[in-house]
Amino acid sequence: MNVEVRQMKTAAELSLAETFESAKGRLPGLRALREDAFRRFEAQGLPHRRIEEWKYTDLRALMRDAKPLAAPPDAAAKARAKDSGALLRGVNCRRLVLVDGVFAPDLSDLTAEPGVTIRGMAEALAAGDALVARHVGKVIDTDDIAVSLNTALMGDGVVIDIAEGAAAARPILLVYASSGRAPASMFARSLAVVGRKARVTLLESHEAAADDQANVVTELLVGDEAEVEHVKLVSNRDGALQLSTLIAAIGARARFDDLTCTIGGAVTRNQLYVRYGGEDTVSNLRGVSLLRGRQHADTTLVVDHAAPGCQSRELFKSVLDDDSRGVFQGRIGVQAHAQKTDAKMAAHALLLSENAEADSKPELEIFADDVQCGHGSTAGALDEDLLFYLRARGIPAREAEALMVTAFVGEVIEGVAHEGVREALLATTDAWLGARA
Amino acid sequence: MTRAHAGAANALMKRDNTMSLLEIKNLHAEVDGKPILNGLNLTVEKGQVAAIMGPNGSGKSTLAYVLAGRPEYEVTAGDILLDGESLLELEPDARAAKGVFLAFQYPMEIPGVATMTFLRTALNAQRKARGETDLSTPEFLKRVREAASRLGIDQEMLRRGVNVGFSGGEKKRNEILQMAMLEPRLAVLDETDSGLDIDALKIVADGVNRLRSPERGMIVITHYQRLLNYIVPDVVHVLSKGRVVKSGGKELALELEARGYAEYQSEAA
Repeated sequence: MNVEVRQMKTAAELSLAETFESAKGRLPGLRALREDAFRRFEAQGLPHRRIEEWKYTDLRALMRDAKPLAAPPDAAAKARAKDSGALLRGVNCRRLVLVDGVFAPDLSDLTAEPGVTIRGMAEALAAGDALVARHVGKVIDTDDIAVSLNTALMGDGVVIDIAEGAAAARPILLVYASSGRAPASMFARSLAVVGRKARVTLLESHEAAADDQANVVTELLVGDEAEVEHVKLVSNRDGALQLSTLIAAIGARARFDDLTCTIGGAVTRNQLYVRYGGEDTVSNLRGVSLLRGRQHADTTLVVDHAAPGCQSRELFKSVLDDDSRGVFQGRIGVQAHAQKTDAKMAAHALLLSENAEADSKPELEIFADDVQCGHGSTAGALDEDLLFYLRARGIPAREAEALMVTAFVGEVIEGVAHEGVREALLATTDAWLGARA
Repeated sequence: MTRAHAGAANALMKRDNTMSLLEIKNLHAEVDGKPILNGLNLTVEKGQVAAIMGPNGSGKSTLAYVLAGRPEYEVTAGDILLDGESLLELEPDARAAKGVFLAFQYPMEIPGVATMTFLRTALNAQRKARGETDLSTPEFLKRVREAASRLGIDQEMLRRGVNVGFSGGEKKRNEILQMAMLEPRLAVLDETDSGLDIDALKIVADGVNRLRSPERGMIVITHYQRLLNYIVPDVVHVLSKGRVVKSGGKELALELEARGYAEYQSEAA
């Protein structure tokens, strides 16, 4: 085996190594797992454009330095974070707030509900919690570098346990708030275990401050015949860099719908690892990115059809204005025994500016012989003929463009089952378009 | 005059009744540097239906697009006056608000925008541009339902994306629905008969005839005489090489049908 000679470490890599050395003594629990994960990171370093999975998002170049770990929020920091989650304010949900990556029970709604158990991740890790020990880092085996770094340095997060047959009365919203102190890095890790035949809507709102570096991993287990809708809204401030990963293992005859909506942040990488491990599950994985300025958003999707008869639909759209860049990488794998898999993946980019860039890399890797799989990808400007048609009916240019963009992303957002969430996302789109006019 | 037309008619009160609705004077226009209209003169009076006929490439569709203000079409000389006011400096949406309506030869599909939403957005945008208030929801719905049912457009089609999955005939009917809702001063129908079978043609022509009014002018562009059996014009103009080369009554259309365009093509050359 050839051993690649590692380049000299970058300032950010050296600083991450120092951070790990000095912090590992006080990071809660799972020491061996953390050490292993950090060694994996050290061996590879920050990913760069010659690493295929990170081809369009050169983290080594984008991450000049590594910010210090965020200090635990004090009362003043929490007070500054209490208005977070505004974009989903109209949605009646159970709010769980993390400030600078640290779970804040005092800002969270911990009302008792049968079948719903919620606790802090740091506390669970420190206590050697059995559920956490069984699942954290084990939901799907991945050697992804961002996930390894998170595993090594994970501080806090939320553990959600929905018991077999339970239906959460309200959506559960995880607000990743920022106290707005000096730029820092945070490594939040959450785990949601949804039991057999249980039902829940899980929401995440990411609101990192300018120049923060946030690495967030959520691990999700969806039991047989369970129904889960997961919606993630990324509205980080300009300048923020975020790597966020959903790792989901889905059971048999389940329903799993996922949507990621990205409207903010300098660099955002949304990673989805989804494994269909039980037969006859139906699932939609979707995404919408609305980018402007010099924003860069990357959606990297790895779908593993590991059981027969599952249907998955992947639909990702980005609207790119100014000098922004939208990246889509999607890989659907179908294992040899996953016969009758039905998977269709599509990625579409709408370029509102000549300087915007869309990169798309869809892949299918099929080992079964009786499947229906396909993918499509498009990138283009607004249709001039259509624009003229709308204007000829009296609709001014900007309004006509907005109507066309709304229609473009509406196809994705309309798929959200929860009405309040759907409306909040459409309102968010409107606001984005309004800010453009 | 129909009741539905009263709004646009009120705006007319101030206008000089002796003035022509549309005056096109010595119009020259080109696309990609290629001259298409070469000194076209045309007048449409209020209440008049003018048919424009002519061979392929004579500039019929170009005239329609130039009237509506399509960006790729550049006017190099001449003027277009609607109610005495030049349209040339106006954007397409501003022209629409002034009352210019183009029924497209190939209506566009707009996936994700329901016909209902589209109609309402267009109508309110025009009203706003004219300084009028938005139409109330019940009034808007009432008008859409009435106009749609006369054209045989069912409610389900109104909820679908504009023209998505519509047949050729349905798309043309949808154009006439838009025209009925927007109540234009000047309607330009570009080859509205193309691709229609006789039944669809009758429905569309009936829809157009309902919208004839003493205050509204229409330009009906067609290659064939057939449409003019159903929308009977007051005048017929023959276009060749980007100019009006002959004008006459409705019998001119029959003459053209019998003798073809050959003499006009050579005459203008």
